[in-house]
Amino acid sequence: MIEARELRKAFGATQAVDGVSFIARDGQITGLLGANGAGKTTTLRLLYTLMQPDAGQVLVDGLDAGREPLAVRRRLGVLPDARGLYRRLTARENIAYFAALQGLDAHAAAARIELLLDTLSMHDIADRRAEGFSQGERLKTALARALVHDPRNVLLDEPTNGLDVMATRSLREFLRGLAAEGRCVLFSTHVMQEVAALCDRIVIIGRGRVVADGTPDALRAQAHEQSLEEAFVKLIGTAVLEGMA
Amino acid sequence: MSGIGGMRAAGIVFVKECRESLRDRRVLINALLLGPLLGPLLFVLLLRLTITRQLTAAERPLAVAIIGAQRAPNLVAALEQQGLEVLPPVADPEDAVRAQRLALALRITPSYAADWRAGRPAQVEIIYDSSRRDTGASLQRLQVMLENYSRRIAAMRLMVRGLAPTLLAPVVAAGRDQATPQARGALLFAMLPYFLIFSALIGGMWLAIDSTAGERERASLEPLLINPVPRDRILLGKVLATGAFSLASLVLALLAFMVAGALMPADQLGISLRLGPAVIAVILPVMIPLVLLLVIGQVLATAFSRSAREAQTYLGLLQLVPVIPSVVLSILPIREQLWMYAVPLLGQQLTIMKLLRAEPLAPLNVALCALVTLLVAAAAFWAARRNYQTERLAITA
Repeated sequence: MIEARELRKAFGATQAVDGVSFIARDGQITGLLGANGAGKTTTLRLLYTLMQPDAGQVLVDGLDAGREPLAVRRRLGVLPDARGLYRRLTARENIAYFAALQGLDAHAAAARIELLLDTLSMHDIADRRAEGFSQGERLKTALARALVHDPRNVLLDEPTNGLDVMATRSLREFLRGLAAEGRCVLFSTHVMQEVAALCDRIVIIGRGRVVADGTPDALRAQAHEQSLEEAFVKLIGTAVLEGMA
Repeated sequence: MSGIGGMRAAGIVFVKECRESLRDRRVLINALLLGPLLGPLLFVLLLRLTITRQLTAAERPLAVAIIGAQRAPNLVAALEQQGLEVLPPVADPEDAVRAQRLALALRITPSYAADWRAGRPAQVEIIYDSSRRDTGASLQRLQVMLENYSRRIAAMRLMVRGLAPTLLAPVVAAGRDQATPQARGALLFAMLPYFLIFSALIGGMWLAIDSTAGERERASLEPLLINPVPRDRILLGKVLATGAFSLASLVLALLAFMVAGALMPADQLGISLRLGPAVIAVILPVMIPLVLLLVIGQVLATAFSRSAREAQTYLGLLQLVPVIPSVVLSILPIREQLWMYAVPLLGQQLTIMKLLRAEPLAPLNVALCALVTLLVAAAAFWAARRNYQTERLAITA
């Protein structure tokens, strides 16, 4: 479980995150929806301890990220916006590097990597160097690398960016599988259809604040709209329009 | 699942950086081929050129155009005996020398014969261009030839008058050169410390760029830093990997110099250029603290730069820093003082030059040099560590 409490983060004069609070529960897929520049990536970076909040608290499975960042990181599997691979290493070696840094011994790492290669059906690229990988192949490798230590919580920043339809569909399946295993899955996106298709719970962010938070049905009811897209537009209203300007 | 010890994390990063770099042809060519071999190669070429030039210059007959040779047949015969080759006279020797058609010309003045017979100093003129490189040696040879002839005639004239020819030499100076063969060689080796430092810098350069600025540019630094490992351990692993390549490059350069030294026609010059295993066994430990400092400096510079290209620029400038003590040492023959050993780069260069001159090393100086270098390296690591803790480090622009 991931809990954000009143998170604030400013870069110079820009208040990127302005009091964000929400809870992403185990066994659920939570979507962080917002326009570009709404503060999604910064919020996630605060959650996965790459950045320190100016104020507020992050709790992962009850652990305070400010006090125990390393313990928190061990409980997180993160697919950040930056998902570069080491091009001169094979997919397997890329994953094994992170497995070692997560503290897995060679034996456990090998078994876990086999499993991930199976689930992500990437045996064909396992021993190829990452040099000429397609977007989809790169994403699979980055995903496997993020999940190699079998984390309880999975954070993904715009995971479907640059993926074709087929790859997007299989990624959705994969995320549903993770949630079904009881994990807490939290991902950010600016694509409406993404949350509609996938999320148990939606947190809408505009201009660094949480504008709405609830199940898709609750959000539709709250906005008195039949389609989620209309609800979305109504709920964030000017916040997003200004964010996109 | 428990956390991993700090040294183990650094070890994991070290192994991965080395493995990745060994697969990079650019790194291999630069760090393990060009870096270590460029210096020795350049050195051998330059040395061979100067040595063969000196040797042949001393043995070759000295070609001089003589104007008015018919006025002094005895003089010309005496010069020819000493290895002078008479070239046919030219109409305007000054112009010919200026235009570099002629290296040297000797003019026997019209009054030569008359002065000679009257016992007055008979004049000859040497026409030369001192701005030409080879002129110095040739001019000196011609002057010595003329002086020899002049002294011989003077001695004969004294004897004819019943006086001892030794009257002409009230003082005789005899040179006693105190330079050991190694020391004479060390003059030629003055650039060697720089080449060694250069190879260490080249050896580490690509790894330093790749491991921080490169990772950020390729967007792999952020995922790396999300791992449950303190950042300074990651930094340490990268520094050690960079250091390993830097050291490998240095060792290769030393071996290449060893081979190069053995290949030189040193005996012909009466100088020793041998850079044996015993000397290398001392140079290596002297250089290791410096390698550490240079590598941390490189990593620090790249951590501050926004792109690999920018990092390359910084490291290119860093490459020039060790030239300064080299140039200072080779131009200004300053007496070494204790404080010089407390200056990283300068201290190591002094130590290596002393080694090459086969002079005894003062343990205090060597220890001071190592200590200060290690302290500066620690300070640089601390600065790099601070830079690694900043939030903006991981962010790919």
